[in-house]
Amino acid sequence: MFSGFMVNTWIVATMVAVVAGVVGFFTVLRRSAFVAHAVPQAGFAGAAGAALLGISTLVGLGAFALLSALGIGWLGRRGRHDAVTALALVLMLGLGALFLSWSEEYASAIFALLFGEVLGVSSSEVVATAALGAVCIVAVVILYRPLLLTSVLPEVAEARGLRTHRMELCFLAVVALATTMSVPVVGALLMFSLMVGAPGTARSFAVRPLQALAASVAIAIAIVWIAIAASYESDWPVGFFVGVLGAAFFVTGRAWAAWRRSRSGRVAGARLGMAT
Amino acid sequence: MSGVSATLRAIFEPGFFSSGPVRVAVLVGGVVALVSAVVGVFTVIRGQSFAGHSLGDLGTTGGSGAFLVGANPLWGFVAFTVVGAAVMELLGIRRPRGRDLATGVVLGAGLGIAALFLYLGTVQSNTSGATITILFGSMFVIRSSLIPVFVVLGASALAIVGLLYRPLLLSTVSADIATARGVPVRMVGIGYLLAMAIAVSLSCVTIGAVLSTAVLIGPAASALRLTKRPGLAIAVAALIGVAVTWLGILLAYDSYYWPPARRGWPVSFFVVTLVFVVYLLADLASRRTGRKGARRAQQALAPGDDATVGRAPRGAG
Repeated sequence: MFSGFMVNTWIVATMVAVVAGVVGFFTVLRRSAFVAHAVPQAGFAGAAGAALLGISTLVGLGAFALLSALGIGWLGRRGRHDAVTALALVLMLGLGALFLSWSEEYASAIFALLFGEVLGVSSSEVVATAALGAVCIVAVVILYRPLLLTSVLPEVAEARGLRTHRMELCFLAVVALATTMSVPVVGALLMFSLMVGAPGTARSFAVRPLQALAASVAIAIAIVWIAIAASYESDWPVGFFVGVLGAAFFVTGRAWAAWRRSRSGRVAGARLGMAT
Repeated sequence: MSGVSATLRAIFEPGFFSSGPVRVAVLVGGVVALVSAVVGVFTVIRGQSFAGHSLGDLGTTGGSGAFLVGANPLWGFVAFTVVGAAVMELLGIRRPRGRDLATGVVLGAGLGIAALFLYLGTVQSNTSGATITILFGSMFVIRSSLIPVFVVLGASALAIVGLLYRPLLLSTVSADIATARGVPVRMVGIGYLLAMAIAVSLSCVTIGAVLSTAVLIGPAASALRLTKRPGLAIAVAALIGVAVTWLGILLAYDSYYWPPARRGWPVSFFVVTLVFVVYLLADLASRRTGRKGARRAQQALAPGDDATVGRAPRGAG
């Protein structure tokens, strides 16, 4: 499990988990889970298009992820945010279906893009993932305070002169970046599970933002490590373990929070944004 | 006269009307688009687009599971969407604050299980093409023997929405007023989720998960940009839904000899693109009229009024 060819896997997966934990924290706070689901899938369509043109998968992924994220931000300003997200998602998947019908891509390659292929990660992929991940983390560190304020108290943020819509676009760009680095490794569908399951669980345990952020990262790493180990042992797709573990952690966290609440007998009021 | 028929022949490739698969696709696609568009109007107003889409992906999971055990995929789709809707309800889809997360967690688990089912299916039968078929669906391979089942499912989804129409509308616009009037808001919400689950599983099994979301959300969202009256919005959405589906089928049929692959462009691409274009046009139209009557609209947005339906707060329901 820790032999030579697995080293890169562990390194890349840990980096993906850290980024998913950090970006996911804001995703859950902003109630943007749908966006976190849509953008990676749009990236998948971009990857299919890149394969058709014979250019780097990463370029296609990044371009489509960013395009869809900014499109959602632009259209969502007027229309209903979730409906616009759904429309952007299906448009991108429709394009993906078109690209796939043109190409001679093997179905297994498509399966890997959707559900992830963590075994056999090359060293160049490690470098690319690390670079994109670093940019992502730096962006979140720079944006941390305004992003937190616009997420939790948008009215206050507006009153303080922050442009909430501009922050929204920044956040969407960060999601697109996180997607680009992670989809080749964990797949379009499971990046989403990681970005929702881990921070969703963290909220049951932590009250302060930084605590919750740290817990989110820790849980994401735990999920990914267990998933890789289990996938290595069982030969089942890693995505299965990520998805199911994410939900299991979340339900456990909920149960724990409910038990603690009923024991203390009073509702801990000022939870971040969402109490239950 | 010959000019007209030449034009018609250019639009409808020869054989369009006599082709069996096309006839089935037009019929089933029309029914599915109609049901989805009607149900979708409430999905959009209630802010449950994410749930609507997630149910589609969950149906895909069920479909791949049924494929694995050799059962009829239809029942896999129906079972997983209904169970998925129930779990979302349990985890708190009612409250706007928890909805996003509850939906996301259920979807995440569903996708994980889908990964396993598809993987096991690949190992078992060595046909990984099932991944693509299940995800994107293909309207031209619908078995005509299942049409009666589809019609019954579609009719039951419409019947639920029809029966719940008034209380559903009221509890969507204002849960508080509905509660005060004695409407069992939670039961109505559950009933609506059930209707949505049936409609989505119907569309998923026939036209695939991608198109399912497209016809559920697209026509309804476009209609709600054009009108704020729920009844009218439903009619407009149904019209748009059926129109884009039929036009998509026609274009896909015509595209059979188009480059580069010369084996036809996918129906889903055409329908989705049409849906998106219609939404952009509706958005443009609403902005035009919006600028003119912005002030009037502001006054009309008093809570409880019919005019607010199209713009119910994101958290309503």
